[in-house]
Amino acid sequence: MTKTRRNQEPVIEFRGKALRWEWREGVIELTLDHEPLNEIGTLMLADLETFVAAFDGLAPITSSCIITSARPGGFSVGGDLKELYKDALPLAPKKRAAGIRKFLKRIHAVANAIDAAPFVTFAAVHGLCMGGGLELALLCDLIVADKMARFGFPELRLGFIPGFGGIPRLRRDVGNSFIRDLLFTGRTVKAESAHQAGLVSHLTGEGYALQVARSMAQQVTKFEAESRVAAKKFLKPIPFAELRKEIDLFTKLFSRPEVMERLRRFIETGDPMKHLPVDESKKQP
Amino acid sequence: MGTIEQTTREILDLAAKQFKVTDGSLKAEDDFYKKLRIDSLQALELLSRLENHFNIELPDYEVQGVSDFKTLAERIQARL
Repeated sequence: MTKTRRNQEPVIEFRGKALRWEWREGVIELTLDHEPLNEIGTLMLADLETFVAAFDGLAPITSSCIITSARPGGFSVGGDLKELYKDALPLAPKKRAAGIRKFLKRIHAVANAIDAAPFVTFAAVHGLCMGGGLELALLCDLIVADKMARFGFPELRLGFIPGFGGIPRLRRDVGNSFIRDLLFTGRTVKAESAHQAGLVSHLTGEGYALQVARSMAQQVTKFEAESRVAAKKFLKPIPFAELRKEIDLFTKLFSRPEVMERLRRFIETGDPMKHLPVDESKKQP
Repeated sequence: MGTIEQTTREILDLAAKQFKVTDGSLKAEDDFYKKLRIDSLQALELLSRLENHFNIELPDYEVQGVSDFKTLAERIQARL
């Protein structure tokens, strides 16, 4: 039986600045709701830290947790690049790298805790699920996706790699051909392709991802906690060594001046395809 | 496989429905970013709808730089 380490009272309802959660009959429903599309910056991170801090109190009464989004455009488009750029720009390169590393370590601590949560976790995904948003979904044990959902890792187009645990966790779940396709082309894929690749467990009709996830979460409540927790630990080891390497590589790549320049264009340009910057080497003279 | 005209018509109908534009008001030559008043992320939503409707996979780098329905229809037709 799961023990409450600090005899913590369960926080069954929380309303933060970027998300909220509600506990009901053994199921937590955590709803991301941060304009415009659930960008993961300091606000979202602080709320996620509050969520993780509540695990000890919630664990003894919780079988499953659904992470979903209230934003109509989708689940999340990932890291708050505007904030990262704004914070990193005035710093000298060494301080910039130290600041990024510090932020990543906070994110990774939260991510590892959600990954190992003592209950079964579901991401109910609709619309866009990209970059850090996909990394958040990958923390969950199962991804349930609306057939109109779209997944991708566009980071290489900006000159860095996913930094919130994306590659190690994707490698844990799906084949290398799919990972390399996503990474090296920077393309986004429809839910059906993500389902075929094994990233998505259940594909639903349009607008039904949350409903299907709720049904699955209820099913989980029927099983006893000890075997569920043991099975999860056995099935889903956390790739700590690779995650540490990812922090080093992301910090190195992200701290380069050319990345700052790409981010500046990404943030300031009015180009309609701004999320897919044109490769400079392909530009006509 | 339908003709390019049929493909274009279906794209115009789907775009009008998704972004709640009056039927028949969209033309093949229109710039869909301007006409639908959408940004690049909403364009990805349209791409999902088109891929599902035509049962194709169209990588977004193939439509990078495309902004009119006519060229979009050509790219889709090539995948049918």
